[in-house]
Amino acid sequence: MATITAKASRTGTASLSWNGRATPYLFLAPYLVLFCVFVLAPAIFGIWVSLHDWDFLLEGKPFVGLDNYTALLDPGSAVYADFWMSMRATGIFTLFSVPFLVVLPLGIALLLNRPFRGRTFFRGLFFAPYVLGVAVVCLMWRLLLDPNLGLIDSLLGTDIAWTTSTPWGWVALVGVTVWWTIGFNGVIYLAGMQDIPRELYDAAKVDGAGRWAEFRHVTLPGLRPVALFVVTTTILASANMFGQSYLLTQGAPGGETRTAIVYMLDVGLSQYKMGSASAMSYVLTLVLIVVSVLNFRLFRGRS
Amino acid sequence: MSLDNLTRRRALGLGLGALVLTGCGGGGGPRQQAAQQTGAQATAAPTSYTGPAVSLAFWNGFTGGDGPFMKKLVEQFNSAHPNIKVTMNVYQWADYYAKVPAAVAAGQGPDLGIMHVDSVATNAARQVVLPLDDVAKALGLTEADFSPPVWQAGVYKGARYSIPLDVHPLGMFYNKSVLSKAGLDPESPPKTGEEYLAALEALKKAGVQGHWATPFPFTGSMQFGSLLYQHDGALFADDASVSRFAEEPGVQALTWLVELVNKGYSPKNVGQDADFIALQNGKAAFNWNGIWSINTLREAKDLQWGVAPLPQIGTKPAAWAGSHQFVVFKQRAADQNKLAAAKVFINWIGGHSIEWAKAGQVPARKSIRDGAEFQGLKEQAAIGSQIDHLYFLPSVAGIGDASAVVDQAINAAILLKKSPKDALTEAAAKADKILEQNRKKYGA
Repeated sequence: MATITAKASRTGTASLSWNGRATPYLFLAPYLVLFCVFVLAPAIFGIWVSLHDWDFLLEGKPFVGLDNYTALLDPGSAVYADFWMSMRATGIFTLFSVPFLVVLPLGIALLLNRPFRGRTFFRGLFFAPYVLGVAVVCLMWRLLLDPNLGLIDSLLGTDIAWTTSTPWGWVALVGVTVWWTIGFNGVIYLAGMQDIPRELYDAAKVDGAGRWAEFRHVTLPGLRPVALFVVTTTILASANMFGQSYLLTQGAPGGETRTAIVYMLDVGLSQYKMGSASAMSYVLTLVLIVVSVLNFRLFRGRS
Repeated sequence: MSLDNLTRRRALGLGLGALVLTGCGGGGGPRQQAAQQTGAQATAAPTSYTGPAVSLAFWNGFTGGDGPFMKKLVEQFNSAHPNIKVTMNVYQWADYYAKVPAAVAAGQGPDLGIMHVDSVATNAARQVVLPLDDVAKALGLTEADFSPPVWQAGVYKGARYSIPLDVHPLGMFYNKSVLSKAGLDPESPPKTGEEYLAALEALKKAGVQGHWATPFPFTGSMQFGSLLYQHDGALFADDASVSRFAEEPGVQALTWLVELVNKGYSPKNVGQDADFIALQNGKAAFNWNGIWSINTLREAKDLQWGVAPLPQIGTKPAAWAGSHQFVVFKQRAADQNKLAAAKVFINWIGGHSIEWAKAGQVPARKSIRDGAEFQGLKEQAAIGSQIDHLYFLPSVAGIGDASAVVDQAINAAILLKKSPKDALTEAAAKADKILEQNRKKYGA
């Protein structure tokens, strides 16, 4: 009797000591539930949707097998040309925006990490555009970049069709995106730099390292985990670009700058062909998974 | 960046949320329910409501200058009908068309709303809106009370789904000072194709690019459509079996717009809204724009402007027009009192739509359109005089999907990326495939 009580009270204390086997899972549970309900379940359900001719309001949702996927590979289908043009647009934007969005913020973070008068002001300044909404940013730049009435052309004394032609449309889209979001990656880098131990720099100085050697052998290696995060999230964000294409260029000329997400939204939520749109988003997801895996490999390979 | 993510997530969330919600809804019920709902109300009184107090949720997309006018009308209606309380919710049209079907599917839909006429067939096919034949009958409304194309545009597969509130056609806005400067008579703007081109030539000599040809749907696609119908063409066959915009009239229409650029009557690369801005700051003389522009131009100080029907470039007069129409949304359980009250509301607003005309609209009701008060609204009446020459898309589910394809062709041609014929032919092939898909999806 006595032993049993003792044992019971001991287990009681154990579970209160935060060391129980279930404790980490219990702490993770709230997020896990949200993740399963709002990410995992819809993602799996999406595969099911992509195998049907799906409109959530129509009674018949005929099973079509892989038709929605084969249509993406059939040059004679209604979606082939538009889908691949939009994938090309997303590819071009990602290819040209990611290098700028990864490298420029690093430079800015380096400058802003040095002690100088007005540093806090400049930190705020570079971050400021990021707080604006996509509609504000794009409407403002659409007027500034207007090919006939815009301030930018008038200041530069040029006659460039920033919003209605390629390749200038890409310059505008990448430029506006860099201006808008540069502060976000900059802040991440800045936080990463402040985490690099002072002693490493002192040791480097003792070893006779100059500014460049310090950057090359202390700052960059110290930023590797942060850089992996920045590169990965920037690629994903650029591949998901929507608002700039939708508002700044409206896909002009002839749909060349319409991104994959804009097209999928049109097919899925304007034309209500949700099966087809789901199939498209799985193709895009697959591409992004491959890119992310390569990215992780690359960063791991260097260490 | 992460804001893009946000937008995407929201978009996906919306779709998936809707999917999940439908999962909860029953299967075969809605059609029967729709029949019951409409069958019973035919007997209710058409113009007054004497039942217990009800509240009606009224949704629309009047986010612009038109919103306050509708709000005022709703307030007047509420004070005149103590037992009906209408609450109005306004969303951006794009959000509205995504939100409403999801809300209806979840059984949380509003009681009534406004839809553009080219969205009515799609929403009827998707069972978002209810048939309203009995409402029209109870209110004693017929084709003669409106105008045939506007009235017919709300009929899908033999049943009426909407009651017209207004039409909003394209008109030719012009800057009087610019016309005078080029030696043209500001009080008699061009009416024919020859006069129009002569005016543009005179303007060009005076250093003004008179008509900025915009490549964007607002209002480039509307200008193309107007010219297409003026050349006796059509966007689609009447039954929407095939597209027709790539035929000769379409090529003529688009070539005319592209020639404006080639002949120097328009700059290249006109941006969104740049044509409308150019009209206001005197860089352009003409702008074919919607009637809703009236109040915007009124606010522009020192601007001498006028508006006239579109000039007749082709063989007959024609103009693009949209139309706002009342619809009643499907509910899980029909409430006869609400339906009766909705009927009173639709009738009352229609009868008071002279107030709505002041927001920059042409009332759909003939009696109001012909009245002295509407004729006193000089600008609205000028545009409204085109009422018998307006065209609407065939009332077929998913027609908007096919007409959106034309937008891209117009964009590519006016930006000089493709020849009008090539752009339209490519688009026609795509549009035909979409029409075929939709026939399969919604049933021919």
